[in-house]
Amino acid sequence: MCSTCGCGDSNKIEIKRPNGGNSFEINPMGLKYDHQHDHSHDGHMHSHDHTHAVNSEHDHEHAHNHQHEHSHDHSHDHNHGRNNIIQLETDILSANNLLAERNRGYFEAKNIFALNLVSSPGSGKTSILERTLTDLGQEIKFSVIEGDQQTTNDADRINATKIPVVQINTGQGCHLDSDMIYHGLKELKPEDNSILFIENVGNLVCPALFKLGENLRVVIISVTEGDDKPIKYPDMFASSDICIINKIDLLPYVNFNVAKAKEYALKVNHHLQFIELSATSGAGMEEWYNFLRKNIQSN
Amino acid sequence: MLTPANLNIFYFYSLIILSMHELSIVIGIVDIAEAEAKKAKVKSFDLIELEIGNLSGIVIEALDFAWQSAVVGTVLENSIRRINRIEAIAKCVDCDHEFISTTLYENCPKCNSYFTNLIKGNELKIKSLEYKS
Repeated sequence: MCSTCGCGDSNKIEIKRPNGGNSFEINPMGLKYDHQHDHSHDGHMHSHDHTHAVNSEHDHEHAHNHQHEHSHDHSHDHNHGRNNIIQLETDILSANNLLAERNRGYFEAKNIFALNLVSSPGSGKTSILERTLTDLGQEIKFSVIEGDQQTTNDADRINATKIPVVQINTGQGCHLDSDMIYHGLKELKPEDNSILFIENVGNLVCPALFKLGENLRVVIISVTEGDDKPIKYPDMFASSDICIINKIDLLPYVNFNVAKAKEYALKVNHHLQFIELSATSGAGMEEWYNFLRKNIQSN
Repeated sequence: MLTPANLNIFYFYSLIILSMHELSIVIGIVDIAEAEAKKAKVKSFDLIELEIGNLSGIVIEALDFAWQSAVVGTVLENSIRRINRIEAIAKCVDCDHEFISTTLYENCPKCNSYFTNLIKGNELKIKSLEYKS
């Protein structure tokens, strides 16, 4: 691994087809650091050649005195150039946002309804997808981009439902960015008039800042987590449109207050819409399906 | 046992975890600065001025941590970094009152409504770059 920026073998972004199919690496937007290593500042510009001693008046007569004098007189002349200020006002995320807009344009042109699913690990993103694809696969065209640090396990699970899927392995990365989606889309080639699910890396912090070009962001919490998650990780809830509360079949056994969780979430983001469901029992799934049907029609 | 020494270690590792998306942010900053350096035909910047809103989702300590390693060998290696923190201001939808907010889930101090929108405080910008010529 490179000591400069942490890029290296373990940080390669890979795009894979499930079950050991096609696989290729991409040079991600944020980590293409090869070029930067070249600029090894040639020993700092400040090492000025103090040649002035020769022209000094004192040179011939006072061999000993002058050395002390000029080091003071001349040393500052050279480095004080003009101060130039570049006024930028540039959004640091502008590169990601620009590519996200490009992805967005692609979705619009092909009438693809794209959803970015975010949650902590283990709240049931993949299970919700599996059930959805199995139940609606005949009715609506789907495709899936899976994001995980390692393995194609999730893509393999989706692949079992016969829905086109690519896996993005982010290596050490904690989130998907719009460049990875761009490359994933090139491999996936989703059909027109379809729904694209992007399952982000399980992480309730980092993906919040990175738009992928999705139409809507869906945050998922499960009742086996704390009902105060929305105010513990407010950024994610603030940037989402839909909040799915999953595993409601377990409510009798856990100490999770749905009303309280919603109240917290609405404090963070009063635009949030809620869908309560259980991917295991199927409870509430119809509301989710109707939401998808409505959006693929109006999209 | 939690001693000050292993608390430090704990803090250190929590920063590594936290600094994952901050690392992406710093790399984004470096990319923009490198592009500007090319345009201005300079080899390094003396100063970079950032604007970071208090509710932008950035932990400054994590940014610091990522910064140290990410700027090495770049035009920002020897730059002074100035960060202007921007106070977050929210506006109440119900009564139009504007107030300083320190979290994303604060209610309006005037009418207690949670129907508030952030109008300032999620900035994440490079304001300026300085170099000598």
